[in-house]
Amino acid sequence: MAAFLNQLPIGLSIGAVLLLIALGLTFTFGQMGVINMAHGEFIMAGAYTAYLMGGLLPALPVAFLVAGVMGLILERAAIRHFYGRPLDTLLLTWGVSLVLQQLARDLFGAPNVQVPAPSWLAGGVGILPYNRLFIMGLAVAGVVAVWVYLTRTGLGRRTQAVVQNRQLAATSGIDTGRVDMLTFFIGSGLAGVAGVALTLIGPVGPALGTYYIVDAFLVVVAGGLGQLRGAVLAAVALGLLNSYAEFWSDASLAKVIVFAVIIAFLQVRPQGMFVLRSRVLT
Amino acid sequence: MLELRDVQVVFDGFRALDGVNLTVPEGELRFLIGPNGAGKTTLIDVITGLTKPAGGSVRFGGLDLVGRKEHQIVRLGVGRTFQTSVVFEELTVIENLDLAATFRQPLWSLARRRRGISEAVEQALTRTGLEDLAERSAGVLSHGQRQWLEIGMLLAQRPKLLLLDEPVAGMSKDERERTGELLTEIADDHTVIVVEHDMEFLRRHASTVTVLHEGKVLVEGSIDQVSADPRVQEVYLGRRKAEDAVGNRP
Amino acid sequence: MIKRHLPFATVAVIALVAAPLLLEPFRLGLLAKYLCYAIVALGIGLAWGQGGMLTLGQGVFFGLGGYSMAMYLKLNEAGPGGLPDFMVWSGVEKLPALWAPFASPVFAVGMAVLGPVLLAVLLGTLVFRQRVRGAYFAILTQALAAAMVILLVGQQGLTGGTNGMTNFFELFGQDLADDSTQRGLYLVVASVLGILYLATRQLVHSRYGRLLVAVRDGEDRVRFLGYDPALVKTVTFAASAGMAGLAGALFVPVVGIISPALLGVVPSLELVVAVAVGGRHALAGAVLGAVVMGYAKTAFSEQFADGWLYLQGALFILVMTLAPKGIVGVVGRLRRARTT
Ligand SMILES: Nc1ncnc2c1ncn2[C@@H]1O[C@H](COP(=O)(O)OP(=O)(O)OP(=O)(O)O)[C@@H](O)[C@H]1O
Ligand SMILES: [Mg+2]
Repeated sequence: MAAFLNQLPIGLSIGAVLLLIALGLTFTFGQMGVINMAHGEFIMAGAYTAYLMGGLLPALPVAFLVAGVMGLILERAAIRHFYGRPLDTLLLTWGVSLVLQQLARDLFGAPNVQVPAPSWLAGGVGILPYNRLFIMGLAVAGVVAVWVYLTRTGLGRRTQAVVQNRQLAATSGIDTGRVDMLTFFIGSGLAGVAGVALTLIGPVGPALGTYYIVDAFLVVVAGGLGQLRGAVLAAVALGLLNSYAEFWSDASLAKVIVFAVIIAFLQVRPQGMFVLRSRVLT
Repeated sequence: MLELRDVQVVFDGFRALDGVNLTVPEGELRFLIGPNGAGKTTLIDVITGLTKPAGGSVRFGGLDLVGRKEHQIVRLGVGRTFQTSVVFEELTVIENLDLAATFRQPLWSLARRRRGISEAVEQALTRTGLEDLAERSAGVLSHGQRQWLEIGMLLAQRPKLLLLDEPVAGMSKDERERTGELLTEIADDHTVIVVEHDMEFLRRHASTVTVLHEGKVLVEGSIDQVSADPRVQEVYLGRRKAEDAVGNRP
Repeated sequence: MIKRHLPFATVAVIALVAAPLLLEPFRLGLLAKYLCYAIVALGIGLAWGQGGMLTLGQGVFFGLGGYSMAMYLKLNEAGPGGLPDFMVWSGVEKLPALWAPFASPVFAVGMAVLGPVLLAVLLGTLVFRQRVRGAYFAILTQALAAAMVILLVGQQGLTGGTNGMTNFFELFGQDLADDSTQRGLYLVVASVLGILYLATRQLVHSRYGRLLVAVRDGEDRVRFLGYDPALVKTVTFAASAGMAGLAGALFVPVVGIISPALLGVVPSLELVVAVAVGGRHALAGAVLGAVVMGYAKTAFSEQFADGWLYLQGALFILVMTLAPKGIVGVVGRLRRARTT
């Protein structure tokens, strides 16, 4: 029973990390039809930022900025020419991801590095270790921030308009280019924050992003495109499913089980938990 | 032949169709009119399986259509065109028509190259007058030609019931005329339902007209009965006449 | 008629006659390896280039084929009642039941193709029927590749874990170290590729090929022509999976190893990249891309291993932005520029 309960914070904190990563993906995908494989490398950039700075709290805003600016550059330099061609962006950004990983290898060396956890995160309450709690707190803060941005600010409402109907939004005078840039910046920044969070539960290496990007995309698939609610639910569910599948079977079968569950879920909800309705015939 | 009973369609709480009853006997040419947003396209969507009704029944030739997949309904002999025509731009006109004509063949038999032109394709080509463009890719067709190609594809399918969603929208006067002749010709040996706005077009070609308004059938009858009906004039014709006079209907 | 087949005939003569005569055994072996990849690429060209299904999990099917073949080879060498070497090392005492039927070469080769086909039919049916497509499909196939690798690595006693299976000595009584065996294998791989290429080309030019393009460009519209796009897609996806499986089965005796590193997310993507570089809309482009990228990888990683990743990444960004139709597209453009 204790072992069973111990999986809970593990699953929740993985879900929290997945959520921070998936928020950016679900909005860039939903809003611009872009699949950004280099998103994983923004996580890695965030993690290395924490490594370079040595401190957890100061690293959070810096990692957000670093990853955000990387995302902004990628969006302006390449991705914006590929809007609405998700498959092409997938391959393009994979090339970017390869280059960034190799760059990290050249800058920081191929072996993993460890970021020392701050002493105030040692210990925990009951079954909840402080470091995992902290990660969950980060995700909650991230979701609240995104929610406030989307529903309470003018720019955020414009973002939602673009997600729902880009052409209509553009013709009603919204500068879609600016909205896109901002979405990319925030989404990539959150991935950087996720990277900082990951230093609390494991080592940092050039391929860090590749371990999470696939699962984060599954969150997008299961949650529904551009859906905040969906992303939250799917991320938590996937995090828990991952950790309990490992617990009940063994680590090697866990991913297969997760995959099977997702396919089964798509039989009931083929477009994810929440769907934006559209009348477009493709 | 086609019988709709109390069909309901709800989109996020909005009743697009609110208890529609419609019966179209075999061999009839029926026109469906109504102001924008009346639910005409939705009605066709329900018949062809694109939209699932929240209630009511759709029967065709004694079979219940609700719950069947789109391609299964086509296989029962119900064909349609779309308001904004969709053709396969990378394929030639002939290939588009051939694709429409061969759907009853088993899949494996399609693994051979097309040799020559089948009879159904030939007929569709001559009826729509697209012979000269047969080998061109559909991507280069003009707006009107695309709509003819769509009608041609529909004919090549050899359906029993044809549903056409605004087939003359955006056509020039000449093109409308030709399409009208084509429609009456088709109606000789098919059951046809046409969604159309253009009153003049209706007067020339319509036999029976059903007026849809806010998801309900408002009136049904001959074109003269319908246009004389005060309710229709109020919701539809009055406004439409004024617009037509200015000639700004796209 | 002759003109249409001339390019293919020329390439076939070069591949089947000139290459075995001119290339030293080591180079011929490498070429055989690229041709195995080209078979996978052909399948990707069919599924993605023609059918619009971006499959990022072809490594899974390649792996199923490869492991089937490797299991047969291992059992054949261990002899009746014997255990494969890696099982002995990892302390397995009794042959797992899953392995037993693979002692038969017919079963092994059959499963190398049938296994991937069945998996693709299952996945395709479940996914396409629900109209899950485009990027969603790509993500799912990628997740499958990721899961497959973790499974193979974790089941050490069944699969040889991270190291996979290697040290194969004989195939159907022939010594695999022998140059003549390798030459024979090369010829088999080249012929299989040639035959599959012709068959796929035939399919692409058939009515089915037109239907496939229509499904790619307007799946929903195709439904109203009376076809079931899910069926068309599943069949095509299964065909491409079968090709990948066959390629995997050929790969094992040619290269002498199968391991998770050869079939995960990255190798699967690399093959898609190769197809894009060659030209996704032409089958010849897919094959060409696989051979060119295979060759480039060997050539560059021999000299500067790290540089290869930069080069590959950069090349890919360039191709996607400047020449989305790949080498075939560029050649076509040059030819048109010359004639006008
Ligand atoms: N998928 C959908 N989701 C939400 N609302 C829809 C959907 N499809 C149709 N509607 C709404 O249902 C109503 C009827 O639409 P429909 O397209 O059937 O009208 P119509 O009579 O064909 O009009 P038009 O003359 O403009 O073609 C409209 O108000 C439309 O906005
Ligand atoms: Mg309409």
